[in-house]
Amino acid sequence: MSMLSFERKYRVRGGTLFGGDLFDFWVGPFYVGFFGITTIFFTLTGTVMILWGAAMGPTWNLWQINIAPPDISYGLKFAPMMEGGLWQLITVCALGAFGSWALREVEICRKLGMGLHVPVAFSMAILAYVSLQVIRPVLMGAWGHAFPYGIYSHLDWVSNTAYQYLHFHYNPWHMIAASLFFATTLALSMHGGLVLSATNPGKGEVVKTPEHEDTFFRDLIGYSVGTLGIHRLGLFLALAGVWFGIVCIVVSGPFWTGAWPEWWSWWLNMPIWRT
Amino acid sequence: MAQYQNLFTSVQPVGPLHDGVELPRGDDKRLGKPFLFHLLGRIGNAQIGPIYLGTLGFASLLFGIAAFNIIGFNMLASVDWNPIQLIRQLFWLALEPPAPAYGLGFPPLDQGGWWLIVGFLLTISIILWWVRTYRRARQLGMGTHIAWAFAAAIWLYLVCGFFRPIMMGSWSEAVPFGIFPHLDWVSALSLRHGNLFYNPFHALSIVFLYGSVLLFAMHGATILAVTRYGGEREIEQIVDRGTASERAALFWRWTMGFNATMESIHRWAWWFAVLSPLVGGIGILLTGPVVDNWYLWSIKHGVVPAYPLEGAPVMDPALMGAK
Repeated sequence: MSMLSFERKYRVRGGTLFGGDLFDFWVGPFYVGFFGITTIFFTLTGTVMILWGAAMGPTWNLWQINIAPPDISYGLKFAPMMEGGLWQLITVCALGAFGSWALREVEICRKLGMGLHVPVAFSMAILAYVSLQVIRPVLMGAWGHAFPYGIYSHLDWVSNTAYQYLHFHYNPWHMIAASLFFATTLALSMHGGLVLSATNPGKGEVVKTPEHEDTFFRDLIGYSVGTLGIHRLGLFLALAGVWFGIVCIVVSGPFWTGAWPEWWSWWLNMPIWRT
Repeated sequence: MAQYQNLFTSVQPVGPLHDGVELPRGDDKRLGKPFLFHLLGRIGNAQIGPIYLGTLGFASLLFGIAAFNIIGFNMLASVDWNPIQLIRQLFWLALEPPAPAYGLGFPPLDQGGWWLIVGFLLTISIILWWVRTYRRARQLGMGTHIAWAFAAAIWLYLVCGFFRPIMMGSWSEAVPFGIFPHLDWVSALSLRHGNLFYNPFHALSIVFLYGSVLLFAMHGATILAVTRYGGEREIEQIVDRGTASERAALFWRWTMGFNATMESIHRWAWWFAVLSPLVGGIGILLTGPVVDNWYLWSIKHGVVPAYPLEGAPVMDPALMGAK
């Protein structure tokens, strides 16, 4: 079976948010639950609609398949199926699937007696999706401002959207978000490397302790955040990076329509420089 | 029902400060008397210091400070030695690499010579710091995983500022030192070579960058969620699996049908973080020396559709032998 050696004693009833015991079972390694059922429903419906859109489109080339949102002229209205209506339904399915997945994680946390950190963290990613596909388009008055579903088409959207503001790297929140993404990756490499270096010290050496880990980073940079702290720091850096990413795109359009390099003129024109 | 969620440390036990694991004979003494900083203790360890400086650390700092100061004084010179304007225009100021006419030669100091010197000093500083990272691990009897991850970042740094300019035959291709100027360099490189988004190695690099952020969010959150079972004692959990590891593994198994172990999650983490600059560096090195225009490359390989061109395409004057 698909159970780990220690798994059976953890597979107990309870912890569900909805549906009582009705959906409280596993399929292979997967826990189902009520939100597993809704996840499957939204995922299958959405995937079938993507395939339908691809079938109606000009190509089966995986890189080029594209399901675009409605034209700007439709505003926030429903669009005909092949003119963005599919995109609207796929977006609804995606929101349903992501939300179901998060709630299913909550049920699994409760079953295992764990904290709710993972579903809370996942919610930040969902918020990023909602910001791009719902909040910003609604603020700008048309679904056509959302990104299309396709591998290269979504990259084109990023490029085009960014150049509408001349030079997106000058967006201060984009600067913060990018810095936090790099910082998270740096911290991850150092955390992963530190744990591996303590547990894989090489031939003839014994496995090291957290005291060695702390000593290594104190020797290197004068501070070690510690075994507990690094997980708080990593989670914070990751979530803060996504949060500033959300801010940087939601302000672009609804609250700032000019070129981002222009934004900085407030700094150059502050009265304190007049001497 | 309210539940305990581990977000910050509410009670800080204060004991004798730890000077660190003993160093082997021949090493220097550690510097600084360790002290506690309460607010840091809310998140992680409250103890700051001591630090091991040593010859390598001292030399690395010396070269690094020299590079930093030369950049600063070049910027100051560019605003006519006006310190107020240095602060006002700081984000716009740059120490630029030499003009294309100098190729790989050594130009006068104020026309890129300083840039070459700074690049040299900074590279020495970084390499010394790498050796220090390697040495500190070995002296404590630990593996050198962090040093090799650091080497991946150094690879990307050298590709942007050294290997690619040499392959292009001009230092002018390298990255300027400066906040906005280095962002301008990124944009210009992308536009000049047909949009870097069409570079598959750039795409892979972004996958690993975002993947690293995703992994750290997943891993950090998972460990915090099982700290009530001692999950943050990862080494102990690796060598002697406890209920924290079991619950953490089962959470992901039940969620997505697959789980790492307490050790393997750190291997996933290391590889994702390392592959981001590694494949990114490959992508930058190919941009120019091997592939001139990633959009045209993508059309050639059927990745993007070809759009009908209106009129004759505009040629880059630099490609027509114009000087």
